[in-house]
Amino acid sequence: MENAIKLRQEEKAAERPRKAYQPNAVSRPAHAAINVLFVLYTLFCLLPILLVVIVSFTDEQTVLLSGYNYFPSKLSLDAYRFLFADPLPIVRAYGVTIGATVAGTVVGLLVTAAFAYPISRRDFRFRNVFSFFAFFTMLFNGGLVPWYIVYSKYMDIGNTILALILPNLLMSAFYILMMRTFFATTIPAEIYESAEIDGAGELLVFFRIVIPLSLPVMATVGLFYTLQYWNDWYNSMIFINNDRIISLQYLMQRTLLNIQYILNNSHAAATARIDFPSETVRMAMAVIGIGPIVFAYPFFQRYFVSGLTVGAVKG
Amino acid sequence: MSRSQAAAARRSLWKDARRHRFLFLLLLPGTLYLILNNYLPMFGLIIAFKNVNFTDGILRSPWSGFDNFKFLFSTTDAWVITRNTVLYNLLFIAVGLVLSIAFAVLLNEVRNRVFRSFFQSAMFFPYFLSFVIVGYLVFALLSIEHGFVNNHILAPLGMEPIDWYNDPKYWPYILTITNLWKNIGYGTVIYLAAIIGVESSYYEAALIDGASKWRQFGSITLPSIMPVVVVLTLLNIGRIFYADFGLFYNVPLHTGLLYPTTLVIDTYVYDIMVTRNDIGMSTAVGLYQAAVGFVLVFLSNWFVRRVNKENALF
Repeated sequence: MENAIKLRQEEKAAERPRKAYQPNAVSRPAHAAINVLFVLYTLFCLLPILLVVIVSFTDEQTVLLSGYNYFPSKLSLDAYRFLFADPLPIVRAYGVTIGATVAGTVVGLLVTAAFAYPISRRDFRFRNVFSFFAFFTMLFNGGLVPWYIVYSKYMDIGNTILALILPNLLMSAFYILMMRTFFATTIPAEIYESAEIDGAGELLVFFRIVIPLSLPVMATVGLFYTLQYWNDWYNSMIFINNDRIISLQYLMQRTLLNIQYILNNSHAAATARIDFPSETVRMAMAVIGIGPIVFAYPFFQRYFVSGLTVGAVKG
Repeated sequence: MSRSQAAAARRSLWKDARRHRFLFLLLLPGTLYLILNNYLPMFGLIIAFKNVNFTDGILRSPWSGFDNFKFLFSTTDAWVITRNTVLYNLLFIAVGLVLSIAFAVLLNEVRNRVFRSFFQSAMFFPYFLSFVIVGYLVFALLSIEHGFVNNHILAPLGMEPIDWYNDPKYWPYILTITNLWKNIGYGTVIYLAAIIGVESSYYEAALIDGASKWRQFGSITLPSIMPVVVVLTLLNIGRIFYADFGLFYNVPLHTGLLYPTTLVIDTYVYDIMVTRNDIGMSTAVGLYQAAVGFVLVFLSNWFVRRVNKENALF
């Protein structure tokens, strides 16, 4: 213990002169100006979100009289009371989103890694063929209509939860190539050589060695997939016309475009149509959508930054 | 190659394939998915040349030749959506590049570690929001009746409220600022990582030579991060014919009045399919987008290969 403290003091002492003498630092006024600039930009990033949060807690009459404001004269929980009087639409949309996010991320990650692993193996003769097979999907595509027809007419998954999981989101060539680079550069080829793998040994190597050694890239790609599923409204818009299986973001989008939409989905609301605090309810919907991201962000952001850093170095 | 050599090569190919049969097993789900999600729709592009009716099915419907394309390019729509898509993307790429590098360089000069990571976190946060939520934020600011800007900025200044959602002329600015607001943090994080990776001895040497900060930026920082700049810009230029559907659909609230400055290829394709129900035309626009986009990727890659082979994508 004492040693540890001593060590820390020594470290501090060693740091001090470096801190005091930074020959390549910008001048003091310039440094102050840079800090001020970033404080202002930080406000620019966060203030719009704060406005939505404050409006959601504002009294409806106050909004109608003086508009959305950072300093409302009267606060109120009416918007949330209204939304939670019949929470079913929101709870259901949350459930759908969480289900699609979990299933899509897990399956997508497995499928992506399983595709990326063989094409990372230098001794796999067909790796270039399959790499190009994936890469080409980044260069050319069939567009919206044929894609829609494949899923809704031939696969017939319209109006099912599969429509929120499969189309476009499950796997992307970009992450295949990112994982391939990671596997090829961090997993030593000797593992494959020395094993002189045959039969089921290949699968064992993949699940027992490659995946455990690749947790950083798995975490990064997994988080990208999670974010993508969580933020998705497009697939709901294209494939779903049943209000029971839409994602949270799509429910929010409908509410933004047409506040009456929330009424269609709510029994309690239908009776309360007259004094329905529409302006503040709208913003409360947004807050309900932003909430989980705010809480997950500190955890997310670290992995994103480290993942992007890997990508930036590797190009 | 003699016959026996060819046979031997075939045998060894077969042997290799057999040896790695479990690798094929791993490739199988992803391959099926790419066929389903990407390659089958490519064949569906024939719809652009057909007059599809669903009693005959897609394959048996009569051919219509280039009618869809002729019609598309006879209207002003083709010009408007192409212009909007390309100009917005060019603007986003150019301004985004300059601002992200500037922010990354400046952030690297912030000495207090806690401040630095706080600034970075705050800047990066909007990237995590969906364009639906961004649509709400813009609406809270610009809503004609209740918006913060009309009520609490313009009114106290004695100015008339502005009809943001009814006048196309404001939207090039609104969309550009919104897009930068959301995405600049991403670029900053990447460029900051690249700048931190630059060998510190270069700067020490520069210091001994008495190089100014500007000189250091021009002679050390910028050349060092150039590969990252080129690759990212190249990726973006390759996608210059593709617009961010979420931005152009949600932020202007899908308002027809604003189409002159907000309609882009992607939202047009969707509109034609859903509101006009003309799948042949919609596919034709999609093919136009995919074909030109394909050529652009190759051109930009070819250009980079000529300048510096190592920076090319392929």
